Amino acid sequence: MAKTSTKERATPATHEEKLAELKAHMAELQKQENAQSQLISILHKAQSLYGYLPNHVMDEIAQTMGIPTAHIWGVATFYHYFKLTPPGRYEIALCLGTACYVKGAAQILQAVKDELKIDVGGVTEDGVFSLAPARCLGACGLAPVAMIGEKIHGELTPKKVVQILKDYRKQAEKDK
Amino acid sequence: MTATPYRIIVCDGTSCINKGSRKLTAILREQLDKHGLADRTTIGLSGCLGMCDKGPIMVVNPGYTIYGRLTEADIPEIVEEHLVNNRPVARLVIQEDHLYNRFFRVFGDAKFFGKQMRVTLRNCGIIDPENIDDYLSLRGYEALAKAITEMTPDQVVAEIEKSGLRGRGGAGFPTGRKWRLTANEKATPKYVICNADEGDPGAFMDRSAIEGDPHTIVEGMAIGGYAIGAERGVVYIRAEYPLAIKRIEKAIADARAHGLLGKNILGSNFSFDIEIRLGAGAFVCGEETALIHSIEGARGMPRPRPPYPAAVGLFGKPTLINNVETWANVPVVILDGANWFRTVGTETSKGTKVFALAGKVVNTGLIEVPMGTTLREIIYDVGGGIPFGKRFKAVQTGGPSGGCLPEQYLDTPIDYESLTKAGSIMGSGGMIVIDEDSCMVDVARFFLEFTQDESCGKCTPCREGTKRMLEILVRITEGKGKPGDIENLERLGNMIKKSALCGLGQSAPNPVLSTIKNFREEYEEHIRDKKCRAKACKCLVSYEIGDKCIGCGACKRVCPVGAISGSPKTKHTIDQDKCVRCGLCFNTCKFEAIAKV
Ligand SMILES: Cc1cc2nc3c(=O)[nH]c(=O)nc-3n(C[C@H](O)[C@H](O)[C@H](O)COP(=O)(O)O)c2cc1C
Ligand code: SF4
Ligand code: SF4
Ligand code: FES
Ligand code: FES
Repeated sequence: MAKTSTKERATPATHEEKLAELKAHMAELQKQENAQSQLISILHKAQSLYGYLPNHVMDEIAQTMGIPTAHIWGVATFYHYFKLTPPGRYEIALCLGTACYVKGAAQILQAVKDELKIDVGGVTEDGVFSLAPARCLGACGLAPVAMIGEKIHGELTPKKVVQILKDYRKQAEKDK
Repeated sequence: MTATPYRIIVCDGTSCINKGSRKLTAILREQLDKHGLADRTTIGLSGCLGMCDKGPIMVVNPGYTIYGRLTEADIPEIVEEHLVNNRPVARLVIQEDHLYNRFFRVFGDAKFFGKQMRVTLRNCGIIDPENIDDYLSLRGYEALAKAITEMTPDQVVAEIEKSGLRGRGGAGFPTGRKWRLTANEKATPKYVICNADEGDPGAFMDRSAIEGDPHTIVEGMAIGGYAIGAERGVVYIRAEYPLAIKRIEKAIADARAHGLLGKNILGSNFSFDIEIRLGAGAFVCGEETALIHSIEGARGMPRPRPPYPAAVGLFGKPTLINNVETWANVPVVILDGANWFRTVGTETSKGTKVFALAGKVVNTGLIEVPMGTTLREIIYDVGGGIPFGKRFKAVQTGGPSGGCLPEQYLDTPIDYESLTKAGSIMGSGGMIVIDEDSCMVDVARFFLEFTQDESCGKCTPCREGTKRMLEILVRITEGKGKPGDIENLERLGNMIKKSALCGLGQSAPNPVLSTIKNFREEYEEHIRDKKCRAKACKCLVSYEIGDKCIGCGACKRVCPVGAISGSPKTKHTIDQDKCVRCGLCFNTCKFEAIAKV
């Protein structure tokens, strides 16, 4: 059976390696019945390799699967999970679920937007942050909550979130 | 030195992991080695214990001592005091937590029983979800064995029918009837689907159930497959739930390795296997026909029913689709019998219901109560009431498809009919407590913004109608409401309810209509007096600086329009004509000198 994990460790580095892995994944799925139904699984795989869905990769999938690119595009744009542009180095998933809303997520969102000068769905000019809305991260007890990279930050206040962003930015500068 | 064999459970749920539970486990192992206790202590990991706000959580057995809010420094103390000297560390024990008073039949102690009753979550927090032996030791897969070896498929369906179990995904359709319909279909192959798309944006029941006890779902689905004559099952789960995905994947693999899935299960003629398909973040994909399109690799658009999936489902074949929690009830019904199951709950709604209790309530987390428990018992007895001495205003159930109920409905018992009659719905289990600080018009706007965003766009009433409604709501919250707005919302809402294609559109107006019904005066105040009594609508509050001001100047620096003046060390003032009500100054002042009026 196909592996379905969304986050794969040790992602191959070069474009060729990524493509080879994607092709291997597709070849395995092609063997199963109703192979076309695996499109979403393939898009998940592609996004886990590239971080988003580049155009040329969608073309590649279209060719291998024998599906029109337009159809793939239609599917990819329908689902919020798929990203069509590269995300920032740190992806901020700010929870806008009900529990977080009741506990003031709107103020957190405003503070993040003001601090980073980007809107929901945007990427900062330096490519360090991207901001996406999330719906219930399953940590309502800690509301309001944001996930940055893979870490959950809870019980946020506007002040606290700005400080957290500053810390990440410092880290990003150090890594450079 | 004591020779008691200890069994320690460390919560490995999302919330506790994020609070560092894995580091604690590592330290615990070190400490056990150091004290030579490793041989007679076992460490198990568990799914969410439902006490996330008090995490990270660790439970020491025997005794079921629950430790919470642990830090790395606490571990050596617990090992030394509790495990070596047999003196539980009182300071770290969580007291008076109603959320754990409920391990039905496993601990069965009346004192610990509380108002909760764990049936579908019976193993969550008790077993290690990644260890099939743990599940097997608590009668795991016995129900499947019983079904296959002692019952005919028809008897299994009959038992589910008799139990009175109804769908937990929201609509409450009688599960037995759905099974019967699918079983009667002649076409093959048939499919079984577990709906783990969990779309309600304020809920995480299904996620925690899978993270805490994935085998129950696998077992339930296998029983369903046997009952209706399907050999293939699909779990459709949100890609946003990596831990749940990993655990259900492992459960399926382990079940296969034990011959509990695959060809000729337990030596019978029955073969059944399960695969996992990931969702990709579309609320409408929780709707069954949209979900099926999504599994087929297409855009998740719903289609009109009938035909129902029972007749024409996945790849055009008869398909049995149930919610995670519905599946989790199945092994219980088969093992303990419909007669026992019927003893729990109310006349029309049997068994228990899991809720994700959150919002303005002291104990947040996952709870499970018998049907018929009142909202008041859940919020005050289980949830511990409203924090910070605030006033209760409303409880929201059913998420974006549900409604808000005010105080006079608090004694409504939880069952499908009573909640509908009161003007909300049971829904899939989101329960959000709202206090006086929330504005009900804005709550309605919040939900409508969500459904508007998630409308798949296929039918006009949903696509355009929700847009119109949202525009009106936004206007009202901005203080630009007009007489007649409320009536327009009602008219539009009722129109959409009647004419939308799928449940998303048909239920989208509910939060608006229920808040109008129960909190009409708040709408009127916004429109007529341009007032928001909760002081939540930004455009309807103004800011004033009071006597606590020490003149630090911080607010003056952040104000984007230069509305604040004052010399250092004197009280500052806000020019109300310039103020754009962004609230930055309010958030900046460290001296609580700025008030919303
Ligand atoms: C917009 C919409 C969203 C839904 N989301 C879910 C969901 O997240 N989980 C779920 O189990 N059912 C959801 N449903 C209900 C399903 O269509 C279906 O009724 C359910 O999965 C059947 O299982 P049950 O009978 O066990 O409840 C949704 C329905 C609609 C209209
Ligand atoms: S921030 Fe607060 S204390 Fe400082 S000047 Fe403004 S109102 Fe006064
Ligand atoms: S709310 Fe904004 S505009 Fe108004 S006084 Fe404060 S900082 Fe200035
Ligand atoms: S609503 Fe934000 S974590 Fe649940
Ligand atoms: S994740 Fe540990 S108690 Fe919820």
